[in-house]
Amino acid sequence: MKNSAKVVVIGGGVVGLAVAYNLARLGVKDVVVLERAYLGSGATSRCGAGIRQQWGTEMNCKLAKKSMDIFEEMNEMLEVKRDIELKQKGYLLLAFSDKEMEQFRKNLEVQSKFDIPSREVTPEEAKEIVPHLNLEGIVGGAFCPTDGHANPFLVTEAYAKAAKRLGVEIYTYTEALDIEKKNDKITAVLTDKGKIKTDKVVNTAGGYSQQIGEMVDLELPVKSERHEILVTEKVAPLQGPMVMSFSYNIYCQQTPEGPFLMGYGDPNEPESYNINASWHFLEEMTKKATRLLPPLKHIRVVRQWAGLYNITPDRQPIIAEAEEVPGFYMAIGFSGHGFMIAPMTGVILAEMIADEELSMDLKLDLGRFERGDLILEPSVV
Amino acid sequence: MDSDNTIICRCEDLTLAEVQEVIDEGYTTIEEIKRICRLGMGPCRGSTCLQLIDRILANQQNCGREEIKMPTNRPPLEGIKMMEIAGDVDEK
Repeated sequence: MKNSAKVVVIGGGVVGLAVAYNLARLGVKDVVVLERAYLGSGATSRCGAGIRQQWGTEMNCKLAKKSMDIFEEMNEMLEVKRDIELKQKGYLLLAFSDKEMEQFRKNLEVQSKFDIPSREVTPEEAKEIVPHLNLEGIVGGAFCPTDGHANPFLVTEAYAKAAKRLGVEIYTYTEALDIEKKNDKITAVLTDKGKIKTDKVVNTAGGYSQQIGEMVDLELPVKSERHEILVTEKVAPLQGPMVMSFSYNIYCQQTPEGPFLMGYGDPNEPESYNINASWHFLEEMTKKATRLLPPLKHIRVVRQWAGLYNITPDRQPIIAEAEEVPGFYMAIGFSGHGFMIAPMTGVILAEMIADEELSMDLKLDLGRFERGDLILEPSVV
Repeated sequence: MDSDNTIICRCEDLTLAEVQEVIDEGYTTIEEIKRICRLGMGPCRGSTCLQLIDRILANQQNCGREEIKMPTNRPPLEGIKMMEIAGDVDEK
């Protein structure tokens, strides 16, 4: 293992690897990534694999649109060995009240500013897009045909391999234990395999980002919460788009390989690091899914698991350097949508670290929570 | 053994040659291998392939099978139709 590095990235999920790849692409030498298990072992490979551009805040819309542009080019850009399985069959968002539909219309206005090709749909149009949809209670919806899916394992692998080719060193099964400081400046990262001298650390530790914050005495305004998910057996193509509703509380899509992936957010889920699967979820999930999408009742559940959302008070990530601790950078608090905006997050944070001009105007600093300068993202499951 | 015609994972139709290629890329644990090539992720939930992959990895790593860590065992124990869990479903 190296004993010094220009930048040490803590967290080998899709975000950390996207940051590392982009740092190397910008010519930063000596980048190290630390991952305490295997790559993508945290939230990345536990996520719902969806890619959505239909957001309610400008920042989320911009990051999501630019990230989709990158996903579309990713196979070539990262010279992948395995196709990332990008599928763009859309996201169909369903409204169950006029108030929810009003919110969709507001969101659609924000989205149109950033050339996101989303549109309002009537219940009848929704049924044309997803014929097996049970329309009971649905007053309308929104549809973006270029939203979709990519394989989180293979996107992670693609970034890791591309980063390695550019000289990034990736240490798996290596845990960051502490960060040393001298006169408020970072001097080293202590790992279970030895010490790495550095003055720049990137926190991309997902559900454990607050623990990395503690290492530099920062109390980060994020909390972790279990979100559960299940996958079914493979079946013939039945459903093109992701079907999603915030009020009915569900997301459900068929991945290109054939299985359905689905989840919902439990409003009573406490803050914790618990990633155990529960019977309660299985029962509630199958009820929700089979009611909204009746043909799914004949499909078998094969596996269920859980992962951590790392949630900020405004449901938007923190992508910034900490003013209090120079050299401590963060891409954290993705609130359940880190995978889908990882590509652009990697670009922007690498530009910040390399002191390059930012290719996108971004205001997702840490100070906004103290200033009370929050725009709440309304569209999260 | 003809590794192009030896099936390791029947659900995902993976041959020994395909699995070996993933291992040769440097993946050393079942958790990693299954995420790359879907070994063990089908409806039989790894009932055959997990007992083959641990031998392959043990051979490769010159250790006993017991030293190869099995992936996390996730519920349910076998595939169950959604309707059997959800109970009565409105047919509308």
